[in-house]
Amino acid sequence: MNKKKFTVQIAPDECKGCERCVIACPRHVLKMGTRLNKLGVPFAVPVRQECIGCGGCFLTCPEPGAITVIQLSE
Amino acid sequence: MEYTNRILLKGNEAVIYGALLAGCECFFGYPITPASEIAHTAARCFPKLGRTFLQAECEIAAINMVMGAAANGRRAMTASSGLGISLKQEGISYLSGEELPALVVDIMRAGPGLGNIGPEQSDYNQVVKGGGHGSYHCIVLSPASAQEMCDFPLLAFELAEKYRIVVYLLTDGVIGQTMETVTLPEPLSKRAEVPAWALDVSRPRTNLISSIYLEHDDLEALNKKLQSKYAEIRANEQRCEEYKTQDADIVLVGYGISGRLCRSAVDELRAKGIKAGLLRPITLWPFPVDAIRALGQAKEFIAVEMSDGQMIDDVKLAINCDRPVHLINRMGGNITTIDEIVKRVTEIVGAKEA
Amino acid sequence: MSEEKVIFGRSGGFFPVFERRPGPIKSNMHYCPGCGHGILHKLIAEAIADFGIQDKTIIIAPVGCAVFSYYYFDCFGISAPHGRAPAVGTGLARANPDNLVISYQGDGDLASIGFNHILQAANRGENLAVFFVNNAIYGMTGGQMAPTTLPGQKTQTTPLGRSVSSEGYPLKVSETVAALDAPVYVERCALSTVQKIRKARLAIRKALTNSIERKGFSLVELLSGCPVNLKMNAQDMNEFLDNQMSRYFPLGVYKDIADSRDPINRPVGIYQPEAVRELLYPVRVADGVSESFRNPSRIFQSERRIKLCGSGGQGVLSLGYMLATMGKLRNFNVSWLPSYGPEMRGGTANCSVVLSRDPIGSPVVDKECNLLLALNQPALEKYLPTLKSNGILLYDESNGKCPDEVLERVIYTLPASDLAKQLGDLKYANSMMLGAVAVMMCDLFLDEEDKADFDRVFEEAIMDCFHEKEHVVKNNIKAFYIGKAKAKRIRN
Repeated sequence: MNKKKFTVQIAPDECKGCERCVIACPRHVLKMGTRLNKLGVPFAVPVRQECIGCGGCFLTCPEPGAITVIQLSE
Repeated sequence: MEYTNRILLKGNEAVIYGALLAGCECFFGYPITPASEIAHTAARCFPKLGRTFLQAECEIAAINMVMGAAANGRRAMTASSGLGISLKQEGISYLSGEELPALVVDIMRAGPGLGNIGPEQSDYNQVVKGGGHGSYHCIVLSPASAQEMCDFPLLAFELAEKYRIVVYLLTDGVIGQTMETVTLPEPLSKRAEVPAWALDVSRPRTNLISSIYLEHDDLEALNKKLQSKYAEIRANEQRCEEYKTQDADIVLVGYGISGRLCRSAVDELRAKGIKAGLLRPITLWPFPVDAIRALGQAKEFIAVEMSDGQMIDDVKLAINCDRPVHLINRMGGNITTIDEIVKRVTEIVGAKEA
Repeated sequence: MSEEKVIFGRSGGFFPVFERRPGPIKSNMHYCPGCGHGILHKLIAEAIADFGIQDKTIIIAPVGCAVFSYYYFDCFGISAPHGRAPAVGTGLARANPDNLVISYQGDGDLASIGFNHILQAANRGENLAVFFVNNAIYGMTGGQMAPTTLPGQKTQTTPLGRSVSSEGYPLKVSETVAALDAPVYVERCALSTVQKIRKARLAIRKALTNSIERKGFSLVELLSGCPVNLKMNAQDMNEFLDNQMSRYFPLGVYKDIADSRDPINRPVGIYQPEAVRELLYPVRVADGVSESFRNPSRIFQSERRIKLCGSGGQGVLSLGYMLATMGKLRNFNVSWLPSYGPEMRGGTANCSVVLSRDPIGSPVVDKECNLLLALNQPALEKYLPTLKSNGILLYDESNGKCPDEVLERVIYTLPASDLAKQLGDLKYANSMMLGAVAVMMCDLFLDEEDKADFDRVFEEAIMDCFHEKEHVVKNNIKAFYIGKAKAKRIRN
């Protein structure tokens, strides 16, 4: 049986740094970084491999394409 | 069953017959005297032809419903009288900025304020000069009979769609309320086509109707585009009826009921040996300046209108104030009489000769 | 071998690039960080893409922060004046029932300047999906009080906090709309925690499903964060929505009756010329005369102006209408102008009728009148001065004898009302008066052939007006001939 694995990708320049995804993630995958993006704000970054693919971060993010959740099948 | 195209209709009824025969699909309106028969007739006739009649919750809603239907590419109309038109001005400004075609009928009553329900022609400025915000114009047709009320909706829709502009039928309570013999025009041979820009399933979904331009240059570009459209309309769409103006020393200018009174007055004045003529503007915007300027022989002009003298400004502008322009007017719901016109013109001519 | 699959990502309901957005940024929306509009936009975009309805969806952009929503959604867009979206949406939905119309509105737009429009559209059950963003504040104009601002909440226009004694209480939109009979679905959600956003996602899909199935009016209210104007971080914002706002605006389904409603059925327009003529043109009830026919009598060569007067309810207007109809049937230009408004709603009634071979100048008969038909004495006194010196007076004597002071005129009289009552109904008085007109015309003006034609055209006119009511036609014709028999000239 394939075990499903997930990963979350952040498009740095589409993030406005509101932190909604950070507080939404049940596995604390995301954290605010310290570098600034093109908009001049610090953006969220994945810091752990624990993504369960729930999509909470995507749903709570107000930007269309800042977050993408990907399923990896092995 | 055999049918006839000859029918007795009030102006207010005729405009609905004309609109339906011109393929109008939607009517949205709110009751107001002396325009209510328009809504009554629409309520009776639109559903008969499977078309949309809806009594809106207010005048503002009515014009915005027209906006929706017009954006969908449907021939749509509303009708009201001065007070209601005041309320619709916001929507008409939007329609103008969005370049949506629509038909608005204004059966003028006496103002200001609640005024009364008698006839007046005092919406001229708010309709012809653009009563809403922004630099825009609407084409304004002025019917002077039930027949014209019936005939003009087709012209109005054609102009509205050709130029993507709001077209008014502007007339007074007398024309709205008078019943006359009307010869009904033929219906359109087929349903009017949905324009390419419409928000309709049959058109690309990238179509957008909006009047907001955040960038100042973009909004200026829209304004310039509108102004060049208006220049084209000024050049091509002036219309008027002239009666015995060829050799006239004195030219009466009047629209709506005033135009008809003037026609009778011209005959009486001619019988008295005064060379009078009538120029009845059919388009109030664009004002028929070319026809007025062509009357080089005329020594004096007289604006006859049921207001404080609103159209008179356009007569003066048309001739660059190079000859006298007099005003014969009544207000408050009073109708100018032919006698009054004849008497005043005779006085004016007499004063000049003396 | 590994396979990658996007399970949550940029929706096809958005344009791939936001070309309409001015400035260099073409992939982001213009909303502030953490704004609820962005969350809602994504839910709507995802739904219209998943449902495959982009080609018939029209999203109405309101005035407020979402005024630029058409930068983003890959479907039809229109911007409406402040608060008028439900009216614009009504026009769109009525003009073509295939349109799927989304009215996207904020609290100032929907609940303040446009509150009447939303209630009326809801009450008509328009086929609209309304998404109502309630963030308790005006965002775009810079943080002023909204009708949904909470008591005590500080805004630019309530610097000391909203006072319920001055500004009233937060307006409960979902509760109000749900109280109406027509709406099929009303739910209040919150764009706060992921769990609540998931609920909102379902609500939005339900509202759109109702539209697709033409079930009518659905409203989803979304409590939504405005972290910049409310000066809150993401955590505090969610807490504000879930603890403070939700206390005044309880979440939940307020109404869900779509299953019990039939789809809205709108009429289909008729445009075939033959069908349009059949439905709109009047029926020809009598053979009548040809278009070139002209009555030869001299009287008809110049314009004839007629005044009719009486009291409201006496049938003055319909008497005038009958005369005008007779004129129409004999190819005259005719005009008929009633008094309208308060005068008609009590007191005297009058109307003017003009018959002419030429275009009619004034339809107002206020002087030089050729014929005055007066149905009572006060009306006679009021309008006698309009009668030309050689004009003819026709008077209904039922209410008293013709006053002495008019006796120098040419007068015909008839107790029309009394005779009509004898015939069974006062409304026959009109036809009797027309019988009197016939007598007068035959006595004074008509050529031999026109005398008979007058009776014919009267009968045609009665048919024209009442062709669907045989007994009415019969009785009016009877009344006409009674009038003809009883009318008399007053010899003076």
